[in-house]
Amino acid sequence: MKGGPRRLRFGLALVGFELTLVVLAPLVLPNPHAIVDPRGAGLLPPFSRVFVVTLQDGTSFAGLELSRKGEVLALRRGSSWEQVPEKLVVSVKPQWYLLGSDTLGRDVAARLVKAGQISLSVGVSSLALAVTLGTLWGMAAVLGPRWLDRLLMALVDAALALPLLFVLLAVSAFVRPSLGTVVLMLGFFSWMGVARLVRGQALLCREKPWFLAAQGLGLKPLRLALVHVLPHLVTPLATDATLRLGDLILLEAALSFLGFGVPPPIPSWGSMAAEGFEVWRLAFWLPVFPGLAIALSVFAFATVADGLGELGRGERIAGEAA
Amino acid sequence: MTTRLLRRLAASLIVVWLVASGTFFLVALAPGDLASKMADPRISPAARQRLREHFGLHRPIWKRYVSWLTDTVSGNLGDSFLFRRPVREVLAAALPNTAILAFWGLFLELVLGLALALVQASKPHSFWDRLLSALSLGAYAMPTFLVAAVLLWLFAYTFPLFPPSHMAEPQAQGLSFGGRLAETARHLALPALTVGLTGCGAVARYVRGSLLDEKQQAYVLAALARGCSKRRVLLIHALPNALLPMITVLGLSLPFLVSGSLVIEVIFSWPGMGQVFYAAVTARDVPLIQAGTVLVTTAVVAGNWLADVAYSWADPRIRR
Repeated sequence: MKGGPRRLRFGLALVGFELTLVVLAPLVLPNPHAIVDPRGAGLLPPFSRVFVVTLQDGTSFAGLELSRKGEVLALRRGSSWEQVPEKLVVSVKPQWYLLGSDTLGRDVAARLVKAGQISLSVGVSSLALAVTLGTLWGMAAVLGPRWLDRLLMALVDAALALPLLFVLLAVSAFVRPSLGTVVLMLGFFSWMGVARLVRGQALLCREKPWFLAAQGLGLKPLRLALVHVLPHLVTPLATDATLRLGDLILLEAALSFLGFGVPPPIPSWGSMAAEGFEVWRLAFWLPVFPGLAIALSVFAFATVADGLGELGRGERIAGEAA
Repeated sequence: MTTRLLRRLAASLIVVWLVASGTFFLVALAPGDLASKMADPRISPAARQRLREHFGLHRPIWKRYVSWLTDTVSGNLGDSFLFRRPVREVLAAALPNTAILAFWGLFLELVLGLALALVQASKPHSFWDRLLSALSLGAYAMPTFLVAAVLLWLFAYTFPLFPPSHMAEPQAQGLSFGGRLAETARHLALPALTVGLTGCGAVARYVRGSLLDEKQQAYVLAALARGCSKRRVLLIHALPNALLPMITVLGLSLPFLVSGSLVIEVIFSWPGMGQVFYAAVTARDVPLIQAGTVLVTTAVVAGNWLADVAYSWADPRIRR
């Protein structure tokens, strides 16, 4: 039983690390939307440094190397050296690209963090919708008459078999893409597992003596559901929800990767990977970084879910032995 | 048991019908009808009216719905705007290619997953078990495009062993049957490996869990007491029982397999259902989107139901 808490701690540490990064890193990273000279600073590998030269008329250029010959400043943009009279130059600043730059010379690290904010919040919002819908559906199945239960659950079983990506793509062909529609679509098509879990757990509760006692007191079904059943669902629901969050992040990434998720210019991990994939021969790391960010989040959430699950099982076994 | 399966079949039909109706009403109720989307906006109102009548758009929506539904059920799927061919032909050409990719991808997924699980379950909670657990969780967590990007970079670019896209080179038409087979196999390698690598984690996690459950059973202890080797007990006694629930798991993972191969087909330009469907969605090719959604949904829901049937037939504890 020691494995549970340790795994849970490890998972929570990973999630905490990622959340800290996503929330605090924008303070030190450059503007994720700033386009810095695509020719001089585009498609740079990780750990690159460029010199950003700003001229009097407000234009700026970036180059990998800088040299001074008397009154003239020479800047290497791509493969060619270009010269600027020093008196026109307002400032020369070095800029680091921790994870390289994309085709437009935007900072990949900064965009990755910004995209993380988007992808994680889309995941959490659609998860909230899915959990709400699923809980309502599952509770309706338990509280309603037997035929309703059978109908609702048979529908859930069949709907669990939907090829989600196809259905989501078909829907997104006809709706205007926005953050809101993505959240609605994801949430609306992933509550079925929650409904099944809620029903199963609620049925277990219904056989417990305390439930029979509450029922014997003549409480209304709604009160029974809210006050006497729902609190017992929190642990299994939390375990299931953390795992589901990973699935939702993967689904959103696939949708955005195909160009039907979060619309540009909002970055998301999936759309960043899609942009990177267009130039994978030149810069294979461009699709790899967002991919790793997704893998890290899903791994972290799944580890937390595993830990919670083991913890729950341990509690139950201890409870039964007593 | 039979009543439960029949009930599930009825529910599956309802879900397919709901999805089909959904695609119809989504199109029918979306602003701007087909005639205005397809045609040049500068055509005369009379010509537009003729176009609307050609597509039957002047009829009330419920009549259109009923005739569309009967057409779809009877396999009359209309013409694809994008490919300028009957939808049925387009889908019939794509379906076998998806089946090839899904079959070999699933094969690799199972082989890799089972191998991982057996190594893990032979010495549970050891160093290797923990390492492989982390690896299989990592495989589960990786998005398909990450695996595809790494495989492409490694085996199509740095070491160009396999072609990065399509099912065959244009000149492969002239090859013999064996030559064409080898050509397809070479092109299949990277997409199928992507399916296998992304899916094997989930399989390994599941089989490891059920193998460890089986190892707790009395019959395993009895076999060990009889003097069977540990390997024999694991492979001959525990594994078949642990694999039985895999039927359901495979059925349940079918939607993920199909959804995952959509992305993979797009990345590797594999001419299957996923790529055709993606092209249709990008081009707003309405008949192809509708028919594709209905076809893929029916296939996956049916596969799922069949897995349920197979499981109740294979497990004597459920069979009644």
